[in-house]
Amino acid sequence: MADDLYVDIVTPDDRVFQGQATGVRAPGVEGSFEVLYNHAPMIAAFGVGTLSVKTKDAHRFADIHDDRVVFATSGGFIEVIDNKVTVLAETVEPASEIDVERAQAAEERAARRLKEGGLEGAEREEAEAALERARNRVRISMGEIGR
Amino acid sequence: MANLRDIRNRINSVENTKQVTRAMKMVAAAKLRKAQERIFNTRPYAFKIREIVDHLQEELDPTAHEFFQSREEINGVLLVVITADRGLAGAFNSNVIKKAEEAIETEYRDVQKAGNLYLLCVGRKGHEHFSKRDYQLVGDYRGVFDSLSFRTASSVVDDAIEGYHREIWDEVDVVYNEFKNTIAQNRIVEPLLPIPEETFKTPIMEEELTGQPLSANGQEIDYIFEPGARTILDEIVPRYLNYQLWRALLESNAAEQGARMVAMDNATSNAEDLLEDLRITYNRERQNAITMEILDITSGAEALGDG
Repeated sequence: MADDLYVDIVTPDDRVFQGQATGVRAPGVEGSFEVLYNHAPMIAAFGVGTLSVKTKDAHRFADIHDDRVVFATSGGFIEVIDNKVTVLAETVEPASEIDVERAQAAEERAARRLKEGGLEGAEREEAEAALERARNRVRISMGEIGR
Repeated sequence: MANLRDIRNRINSVENTKQVTRAMKMVAAAKLRKAQERIFNTRPYAFKIREIVDHLQEELDPTAHEFFQSREEINGVLLVVITADRGLAGAFNSNVIKKAEEAIETEYRDVQKAGNLYLLCVGRKGHEHFSKRDYQLVGDYRGVFDSLSFRTASSVVDDAIEGYHREIWDEVDVVYNEFKNTIAQNRIVEPLLPIPEETFKTPIMEEELTGQPLSANGQEIDYIFEPGARTILDEIVPRYLNYQLWRALLESNAAEQGARMVAMDNATSNAEDLLEDLRITYNRERQNAITMEILDITSGAEALGDG
Protein backbone atom coordinates (compact mmCIF):
# COMPACT_ATOMS: atom_id res chain seq x y z
CA MET A 1 0.00 0.00 0.00
CA ALA A 2 1.03 3.54 -0.56
CA ASP A 3 0.87 4.68 3.02
CA ASP A 4 2.99 1.92 4.40
CA LEU A 5 6.31 1.76 6.09
CA TYR A 6 8.85 -0.77 4.94
CA VAL A 7 10.10 -2.44 8.09
CA ASP A 8 13.15 -4.58 8.60
CA ILE A 9 13.89 -6.04 12.03
CA VAL A 10 17.22 -7.82 12.36
CA THR A 11 19.18 -9.27 15.25
CA PRO A 12 22.75 -10.60 15.16
CA ASP A 13 21.51 -14.10 14.52
CA ASP A 14 18.29 -13.73 12.63
CA ARG A 15 16.08 -11.58 10.46
CA VAL A 16 12.93 -11.43 12.54
CA PHE A 17 10.62 -9.42 10.33
CA GLN A 18 10.69 -7.86 6.91
CA GLY A 19 7.68 -6.32 5.24
CA GLN A 20 5.03 -3.63 5.13
CA ALA A 21 3.62 -2.11 8.27
CA THR A 22 1.62 0.90 9.32
CA GLY A 23 3.38 1.52 12.61
CA VAL A 24 6.33 0.50 14.74
CA ARG A 25 6.43 1.09 18.48
CA ALA A 26 9.75 0.95 20.33
CA PRO A 27 10.83 1.46 23.95
CA GLY A 28 13.13 4.44 23.33
CA VAL A 29 15.68 5.31 26.00
CA GLU A 30 13.91 8.63 26.48
CA GLY A 31 10.44 7.13 26.43
CA SER A 32 8.40 4.82 24.28
CA PHE A 33 7.46 6.13 20.85
CA GLU A 34 5.69 5.03 17.72
CA VAL A 35 6.85 5.57 14.15
CA LEU A 36 4.06 6.19 11.66
CA TYR A 37 3.94 7.07 7.98
CA ASN A 38 6.00 10.16 7.02
CA HIS A 39 7.95 10.23 10.24
CA ALA A 40 10.98 12.52 10.12
CA PRO A 41 14.39 10.87 9.64
CA MET A 42 15.60 9.63 12.98
CA ILE A 43 18.16 7.42 14.64
CA ALA A 44 17.24 6.39 18.14
CA ALA A 45 18.51 3.99 20.75
CA PHE A 46 16.04 1.87 22.61
CA GLY A 47 16.24 -0.21 25.73
CA VAL A 48 14.63 -3.24 27.29
CA GLY A 49 10.91 -3.39 26.65
CA THR A 50 8.18 -4.05 24.14
CA LEU A 51 8.71 -3.68 20.43
CA SER A 52 5.57 -3.95 18.38
CA VAL A 53 4.69 -3.73 14.71
CA LYS A 54 1.28 -2.96 13.30
CA THR A 55 1.09 -4.98 10.13
CA LYS A 56 -1.03 -7.24 8.00
CA ASP A 57 2.10 -9.06 6.87
CA ALA A 58 2.67 -11.11 9.97
CA HIS A 59 1.37 -14.51 9.05
CA ARG A 60 4.25 -16.36 10.60
CA PHE A 61 3.51 -15.08 14.09
CA ALA A 62 0.99 -16.96 16.16
CA ASP A 63 -0.59 -14.20 18.16
CA ILE A 64 -1.64 -11.05 16.44
CA HIS A 65 -3.97 -8.73 18.29
CA ASP A 66 -5.57 -5.98 16.36
CA ASP A 67 -2.97 -6.44 13.58
CA ARG A 68 -0.18 -5.86 16.07
CA VAL A 69 2.73 -8.26 16.60
CA VAL A 70 4.38 -7.93 19.98
CA PHE A 71 8.03 -8.71 20.66
CA ALA A 72 10.21 -8.61 23.74
CA THR A 73 13.47 -6.83 23.05
CA SER A 74 16.57 -6.12 25.07
CA GLY A 75 17.64 -2.97 23.29
CA GLY A 76 19.18 -1.72 20.08
CA PHE A 77 18.81 0.99 17.46
CA ILE A 78 16.07 2.11 15.15
CA GLU A 79 16.57 4.13 12.00
CA VAL A 80 13.85 5.87 10.03
CA ILE A 81 14.38 7.43 6.60
CA ASP A 82 11.91 7.85 3.79
CA ASN A 83 9.35 5.58 5.40
CA LYS A 84 11.91 2.86 5.67
CA VAL A 85 12.37 1.61 9.22
CA THR A 86 15.36 -0.47 10.19
CA VAL A 87 15.49 -1.99 13.63
CA LEU A 88 18.82 -3.36 14.80
CA ALA A 89 18.14 -5.17 18.02
CA GLU A 90 20.23 -7.19 20.39
CA THR A 91 17.48 -9.77 20.83
CA VAL A 92 13.91 -9.84 19.63
CA GLU A 93 11.48 -12.52 20.68
CA PRO A 94 7.86 -12.78 19.58
CA ALA A 95 5.62 -12.80 22.65
CA SER A 96 4.12 -16.10 21.60
CA GLU A 97 7.51 -17.80 21.51
CA ILE A 98 8.69 -16.82 24.98
CA ASP A 99 9.09 -19.75 27.31
CA VAL A 100 7.35 -18.37 30.40
CA GLU A 101 8.80 -20.91 32.79
CA ARG A 102 12.32 -20.30 31.59
CA ALA A 103 11.85 -16.56 31.82
CA GLN A 104 10.52 -16.88 35.36
CA ALA A 105 13.41 -19.12 36.32
CA ALA A 106 15.84 -16.56 34.91
CA GLU A 107 14.06 -13.81 36.84
CA GLU A 108 14.35 -15.71 40.10
CA ARG A 109 17.98 -16.56 39.45
CA ALA A 110 18.88 -12.95 38.74
CA ALA A 111 16.93 -11.71 41.75
CA ARG A 112 18.68 -14.22 44.00
CA ARG A 113 22.09 -13.18 42.76
CA LEU A 114 21.34 -9.56 43.52
CA LYS A 115 19.92 -10.39 46.94
CA GLU A 116 22.95 -12.41 47.96
CA GLY A 117 24.95 -9.29 47.34
CA GLY A 118 28.70 -9.21 47.10
CA LEU A 119 28.54 -8.15 43.47
CA GLU A 120 30.55 -5.21 42.36
CA GLY A 121 30.74 -2.86 39.42
CA ALA A 122 30.27 -4.55 36.09
CA GLU A 123 29.07 -7.79 37.67
CA ARG A 124 26.31 -6.04 39.53
CA GLU A 125 25.29 -4.10 36.43
CA GLU A 126 25.18 -7.30 34.45
CA ALA A 127 22.98 -8.98 37.06
CA GLU A 128 20.64 -6.01 37.16
CA ALA A 129 20.37 -5.99 33.39
CA ALA A 130 19.66 -9.72 33.40
CA LEU A 131 16.90 -9.19 35.93
CA GLU A 132 15.37 -6.43 33.86
CA ARG A 133 15.46 -8.54 30.70
CA ALA A 134 13.90 -11.51 32.45
CA ARG A 135 11.15 -9.37 34.00
CA ASN A 136 10.43 -7.84 30.63
CA ARG A 137 10.07 -11.26 29.05
CA VAL A 138 7.79 -12.51 31.79
CA ARG A 139 5.62 -9.41 31.56
CA ILE A 140 5.29 -9.55 27.80
CA SER A 141 4.62 -13.25 27.66
CA MET A 142 1.87 -12.82 30.22
CA GLY A 143 0.39 -10.09 28.10
CA GLU A 144 0.24 -7.43 30.78
CA ILE A 145 1.44 -4.64 28.58
CA GLY A 146 1.55 -3.64 24.98
CA ARG A 147 -1.84 -4.98 24.02
CA MET B 1 56.45 -53.72 -15.94
CA ALA B 2 55.31 -53.76 -12.37
CA ASN B 3 54.58 -57.14 -10.98
CA LEU B 4 51.19 -58.23 -9.73
CA ARG B 5 51.85 -57.77 -6.07
CA ASP B 6 53.07 -54.20 -6.56
CA ILE B 7 49.90 -53.32 -8.41
CA ARG B 8 47.77 -54.95 -5.75
CA ASN B 9 49.49 -52.89 -3.06
CA ARG B 10 48.92 -49.72 -5.02
CA ILE B 11 45.27 -50.56 -5.41
CA ASN B 12 44.94 -51.08 -1.68
CA SER B 13 46.67 -47.86 -0.83
CA VAL B 14 44.63 -45.80 -3.29
CA GLU B 15 41.51 -47.44 -1.92
CA ASN B 16 42.45 -46.31 1.57
CA THR B 17 43.14 -42.78 0.43
CA LYS B 18 39.80 -42.70 -1.30
CA GLN B 19 38.06 -43.70 1.88
CA VAL B 20 39.80 -40.95 3.81
CA THR B 21 39.01 -38.25 1.26
CA ARG B 22 35.42 -39.35 1.07
CA ALA B 23 35.06 -39.21 4.85
CA MET B 24 36.59 -35.73 4.86
CA LYS B 25 34.15 -34.65 2.21
CA MET B 26 31.23 -35.85 4.32
CA VAL B 27 32.54 -34.05 7.40
CA ALA B 28 33.04 -30.84 5.43
CA ALA B 29 29.52 -31.11 4.02
CA ALA B 30 28.04 -31.41 7.49
CA LYS B 31 30.11 -28.50 8.80
CA LEU B 32 29.26 -26.45 5.73
CA ARG B 33 25.56 -26.70 6.46
CA LYS B 34 26.04 -25.25 9.93
CA ALA B 35 28.51 -22.60 8.80
CA GLN B 36 26.21 -21.54 5.98
CA GLU B 37 23.29 -21.12 8.34
CA ARG B 38 25.39 -18.97 10.65
CA ILE B 39 26.59 -16.62 7.96
CA PHE B 40 23.17 -16.32 6.35
CA ASN B 41 21.66 -15.35 9.68
CA THR B 42 24.38 -12.83 10.49
CA ARG B 43 24.53 -11.05 7.14
CA PRO B 44 21.32 -9.00 7.44
CA TYR B 45 22.43 -7.49 10.73
CA ALA B 46 25.95 -6.79 9.57
CA PHE B 47 24.72 -5.15 6.37
CA LYS B 48 22.09 -3.08 8.14
CA ILE B 49 24.45 -1.78 10.77
CA ARG B 50 26.81 -0.83 7.98
CA GLU B 51 24.00 1.01 6.22
CA ILE B 52 23.21 3.00 9.34
CA VAL B 53 26.84 3.86 9.99
CA ASP B 54 27.10 4.99 6.35
CA HIS B 55 24.14 7.27 6.80
CA LEU B 56 25.61 8.66 9.99
CA GLN B 57 28.86 9.30 8.26
CA GLU B 58 27.19 11.10 5.38
CA GLU B 59 25.16 13.18 7.73
CA LEU B 60 27.72 14.09 10.36
CA ASP B 61 30.96 15.95 10.23
CA PRO B 62 34.06 13.75 9.86
CA THR B 63 35.18 15.10 13.22
CA ALA B 64 32.15 13.55 14.91
CA HIS B 65 34.00 10.33 15.55
CA GLU B 66 37.69 9.50 15.61
CA PHE B 67 37.20 6.58 13.21
CA PHE B 68 35.44 8.71 10.58
CA GLN B 69 38.56 10.67 9.81
CA SER B 70 41.32 9.24 7.73
CA ARG B 71 44.74 10.32 8.87
CA GLU B 72 46.74 12.59 6.67
CA GLU B 73 49.78 10.43 6.54
CA ILE B 74 49.63 6.68 6.40
CA ASN B 75 52.79 5.56 8.14
CA GLY B 76 51.76 2.19 9.44
CA VAL B 77 49.27 -0.39 8.24
CA LEU B 78 47.73 -3.46 9.82
CA LEU B 79 46.41 -6.25 7.64
CA VAL B 80 44.07 -8.74 9.24
CA VAL B 81 44.47 -11.91 7.19
CA ILE B 82 41.82 -14.56 7.71
CA THR B 83 42.81 -18.07 6.65
CA ALA B 84 41.79 -21.51 7.82
CA ASP B 85 43.34 -23.56 10.61
CA ARG B 86 43.63 -26.62 8.43
CA GLY B 87 44.77 -27.38 4.93
CA LEU B 88 43.37 -29.83 2.39
CA ALA B 89 40.92 -27.27 1.12
CA GLY B 90 42.25 -26.80 -2.37
CA ALA B 91 43.68 -23.37 -3.05
CA PHE B 92 41.62 -21.77 -0.26
CA ASN B 93 44.50 -20.73 1.97
CA SER B 94 47.05 -20.00 -0.69
CA ASN B 95 44.57 -17.82 -2.55
CA VAL B 96 43.90 -15.54 0.38
CA ILE B 97 47.59 -15.41 1.27
CA LYS B 98 48.37 -14.49 -2.31
CA LYS B 99 45.73 -11.79 -2.18
CA ALA B 100 47.30 -10.34 0.96
CA GLU B 101 50.78 -10.40 -0.57
CA GLU B 102 49.42 -8.78 -3.67
CA ALA B 103 47.84 -5.99 -1.63
CA ILE B 104 51.11 -5.46 0.22
CA GLU B 105 53.02 -5.42 -3.04
CA THR B 106 50.75 -2.96 -4.84
CA GLU B 107 49.54 -0.66 -2.09
CA TYR B 108 51.77 -0.84 0.94
CA ARG B 109 55.18 -1.34 -0.54
CA ASP B 110 56.65 1.76 1.02
CA VAL B 111 55.06 1.01 4.35
CA GLN B 112 56.60 -2.42 4.28
CA LYS B 113 60.01 -1.07 3.36
CA ALA B 114 59.83 1.35 6.25
CA GLY B 115 59.11 -1.62 8.50
CA ASN B 116 55.67 -0.41 9.52
CA LEU B 117 53.56 -3.17 8.07
CA TYR B 118 51.92 -5.44 10.59
CA LEU B 119 49.94 -8.59 10.07
CA LEU B 120 47.33 -10.09 12.31
CA CYS B 121 46.65 -13.63 11.13
CA VAL B 122 43.46 -15.36 12.15
CA GLY B 123 43.85 -19.06 11.43
CA ARG B 124 46.87 -21.32 11.73
CA LYS B 125 47.75 -21.49 8.03
CA GLY B 126 48.26 -17.78 7.55
CA HIS B 127 50.13 -17.47 10.82
CA GLU B 128 52.55 -20.21 9.81
CA HIS B 129 53.03 -18.85 6.32
CA PHE B 130 53.82 -15.30 7.37
CA SER B 131 55.86 -16.16 10.44
CA LYS B 132 58.28 -18.13 8.23
CA ARG B 133 58.77 -15.03 6.14
CA ASP B 134 59.94 -11.71 7.37
CA TYR B 135 56.72 -10.17 8.64
CA GLN B 136 55.78 -8.57 11.94
CA LEU B 137 52.90 -10.51 13.41
CA VAL B 138 50.45 -9.14 15.94
CA GLY B 139 48.58 -11.41 18.34
CA ASP B 140 48.11 -15.12 18.05
CA TYR B 141 44.84 -16.36 16.66
CA ARG B 142 45.68 -19.92 15.77
CA GLY B 143 43.05 -22.58 16.18
CA VAL B 144 40.12 -20.22 16.67
CA PHE B 145 37.94 -21.88 14.04
CA ASP B 146 37.41 -25.06 16.05
CA SER B 147 34.92 -23.27 18.23
CA LEU B 148 34.39 -19.94 16.60
CA SER B 149 32.93 -17.38 18.96
CA PHE B 150 32.08 -13.72 18.83
CA ARG B 151 34.75 -13.09 21.45
CA THR B 152 37.42 -13.80 18.85
CA ALA B 153 36.05 -11.05 16.64
CA SER B 154 35.87 -8.48 19.42
CA SER B 155 39.34 -9.33 20.62
CA VAL B 156 40.77 -8.86 17.10
CA VAL B 157 38.94 -5.54 16.88
CA ASP B 158 40.29 -4.51 20.30
CA ASP B 159 43.83 -5.24 19.12
CA ALA B 160 43.24 -3.25 15.94
CA ILE B 161 41.79 -0.28 17.82
CA GLU B 162 44.56 -0.27 20.39
CA GLY B 163 47.29 -0.04 17.77
CA TYR B 164 45.27 2.58 15.95
CA HIS B 165 45.05 4.70 19.07
CA ARG B 166 48.74 4.34 19.75
CA GLU B 167 49.36 5.30 16.13
CA ILE B 168 51.32 2.16 15.41
CA TRP B 169 49.13 1.92 12.33
CA ASP B 170 46.89 4.44 10.62
CA GLU B 171 44.88 2.03 8.58
CA VAL B 172 43.47 -1.45 9.10
CA ASP B 173 42.37 -3.72 6.27
CA VAL B 174 40.83 -7.17 6.41
CA VAL B 175 41.71 -9.82 3.82
CA TYR B 176 39.35 -12.79 3.68
CA ASN B 177 37.36 -15.21 1.57
CA GLU B 178 33.74 -14.28 1.19
CA PHE B 179 31.33 -17.18 0.86
CA LYS B 180 29.72 -16.93 -2.58
CA ASN B 181 28.48 -20.47 -2.93
CA THR B 182 29.82 -23.92 -2.17
CA ILE B 183 32.23 -23.97 -5.07
CA ALA B 184 33.23 -20.33 -5.30
CA GLN B 185 34.69 -17.70 -2.98
CA ASN B 186 35.24 -14.00 -3.45
CA ARG B 187 38.59 -12.82 -2.22
CA ILE B 188 38.11 -9.51 -0.46
CA VAL B 189 40.40 -6.76 0.82
CA GLU B 190 38.16 -4.62 2.95
CA PRO B 191 39.02 -1.43 4.82
CA LEU B 192 38.06 -1.60 8.50
CA LEU B 193 39.68 1.46 10.05
CA PRO B 194 39.18 4.30 9.50
CA ILE B 195 35.62 3.71 8.34
CA PRO B 196 35.82 4.42 4.59
CA GLU B 197 34.01 7.48 3.32
CA GLU B 198 32.98 5.73 0.16
CA THR B 199 30.91 2.74 1.23
CA PHE B 200 32.79 -0.48 0.64
CA LYS B 201 30.59 -3.15 -0.88
CA THR B 202 31.49 -6.77 -1.47
CA PRO B 203 29.81 -8.67 -4.34
CA ILE B 204 27.46 -10.35 -1.87
CA MET B 205 26.40 -7.02 -0.43
CA GLU B 206 25.57 -5.67 -3.87
CA GLU B 207 23.42 -8.72 -4.46
CA GLU B 208 21.67 -8.39 -1.14
CA LEU B 209 20.90 -4.73 -1.63
CA THR B 210 19.32 -5.01 -5.06
CA GLY B 211 15.59 -5.48 -4.79
CA GLN B 212 15.29 -3.50 -1.59
CA PRO B 213 13.79 -0.04 -1.66
CA LEU B 214 16.52 2.54 -1.90
CA SER B 215 16.79 5.03 0.86
CA ALA B 216 17.53 8.65 0.15
CA ASN B 217 20.84 8.46 -1.60
CA GLY B 218 23.08 11.46 -1.66
CA GLN B 219 20.34 13.80 -0.54
CA GLU B 220 20.76 15.60 2.73
CA ILE B 221 19.10 13.88 5.61
CA ASP B 222 18.42 15.79 8.75
CA TYR B 223 18.31 13.18 11.44
CA ILE B 224 16.68 13.45 14.80
CA PHE B 225 18.99 11.78 17.29
CA GLU B 226 17.66 10.26 20.42
CA PRO B 227 19.35 10.52 22.89
CA GLY B 228 22.20 12.40 21.14
CA ALA B 229 24.47 11.85 18.17
CA ARG B 230 27.47 11.41 20.43
CA THR B 231 25.89 8.72 22.59
CA ILE B 232 24.60 6.85 19.58
CA LEU B 233 27.96 6.95 17.83
CA ASP B 234 29.76 5.70 20.92
CA GLU B 235 27.37 2.77 21.05
CA ILE B 236 27.07 1.94 17.41
CA VAL B 237 30.60 2.34 16.05
CA PRO B 238 32.32 -0.31 18.22
CA ARG B 239 29.41 -2.61 17.56
CA TYR B 240 29.72 -1.95 13.84
CA LEU B 241 33.43 -2.84 13.85
CA ASN B 242 32.86 -6.03 15.86
CA TYR B 243 30.13 -7.19 13.56
CA GLN B 244 32.08 -6.45 10.39
CA LEU B 245 34.92 -8.60 11.63
CA TRP B 246 32.57 -11.27 12.95
CA ARG B 247 30.93 -11.44 9.55
CA ALA B 248 34.33 -11.78 7.85
CA LEU B 249 35.18 -14.67 10.18
CA LEU B 250 31.91 -16.43 9.48
CA GLU B 251 32.25 -15.83 5.74
CA SER B 252 35.70 -17.35 5.80
CA ASN B 253 34.53 -20.27 7.90
CA ALA B 254 31.71 -21.14 5.50
CA ALA B 255 33.91 -20.63 2.47
CA GLU B 256 36.55 -22.93 3.97
CA GLN B 257 34.12 -25.79 4.45
CA GLY B 258 32.81 -25.32 0.93
CA ALA B 259 36.29 -25.27 -0.53
CA ARG B 260 37.28 -28.36 1.42
CA MET B 261 34.19 -30.22 0.35
CA VAL B 262 34.91 -29.51 -3.30
CA ALA B 263 38.59 -30.36 -2.96
CA MET B 264 37.84 -33.66 -1.26
CA ASP B 265 35.16 -34.48 -3.80
CA ASN B 266 37.72 -33.98 -6.57
CA ALA B 267 40.25 -36.07 -4.71
CA THR B 268 37.74 -38.89 -4.31
CA SER B 269 36.83 -38.94 -7.98
CA ASN B 270 40.51 -38.78 -8.94
CA ALA B 271 41.12 -41.78 -6.73
CA GLU B 272 38.30 -43.57 -8.50
CA ASP B 273 39.83 -42.86 -11.91
CA LEU B 274 43.18 -44.05 -10.70
CA LEU B 275 41.68 -47.21 -9.29
CA GLU B 276 40.03 -48.02 -12.57
CA ASP B 277 43.30 -47.63 -14.47
CA LEU B 278 45.08 -49.75 -11.91
CA ARG B 279 42.47 -52.49 -12.10
CA ILE B 280 42.77 -52.67 -15.87
CA THR B 281 46.54 -52.87 -15.61
CA TYR B 282 46.22 -55.47 -12.90
CA ASN B 283 43.89 -57.65 -14.98
CA ARG B 284 46.01 -57.29 -18.05
CA GLU B 285 49.08 -58.33 -16.10
CA ARG B 286 47.25 -61.25 -14.55
CA GLN B 287 46.10 -62.41 -18.01
CA ASN B 288 49.65 -62.07 -19.27
CA ALA B 289 50.95 -64.20 -16.46
CA ILE B 290 48.37 -66.90 -17.17
CA THR B 291 49.13 -66.88 -20.86
CA MET B 292 52.81 -67.21 -20.08
CA GLU B 293 52.17 -70.12 -17.81
CA ILE B 294 50.04 -71.93 -20.40
CA LEU B 295 52.69 -71.28 -23.01
CA ASP B 296 55.27 -72.76 -20.70
CA ILE B 297 53.22 -75.87 -20.12
CA THR B 298 52.22 -76.47 -23.72
CA SER B 299 55.69 -75.87 -25.03
CA GLY B 300 57.07 -78.18 -22.33
CA ALA B 301 54.57 -80.89 -23.29
CA GLU B 302 55.37 -80.46 -26.94
CA ALA B 303 59.07 -80.75 -26.27
CA LEU B 304 58.45 -83.98 -24.32
CA GLY B 305 56.24 -85.39 -27.10
CA ASP B 306 58.85 -84.67 -29.74
CA GLY B 307 61.53 -86.41 -27.74
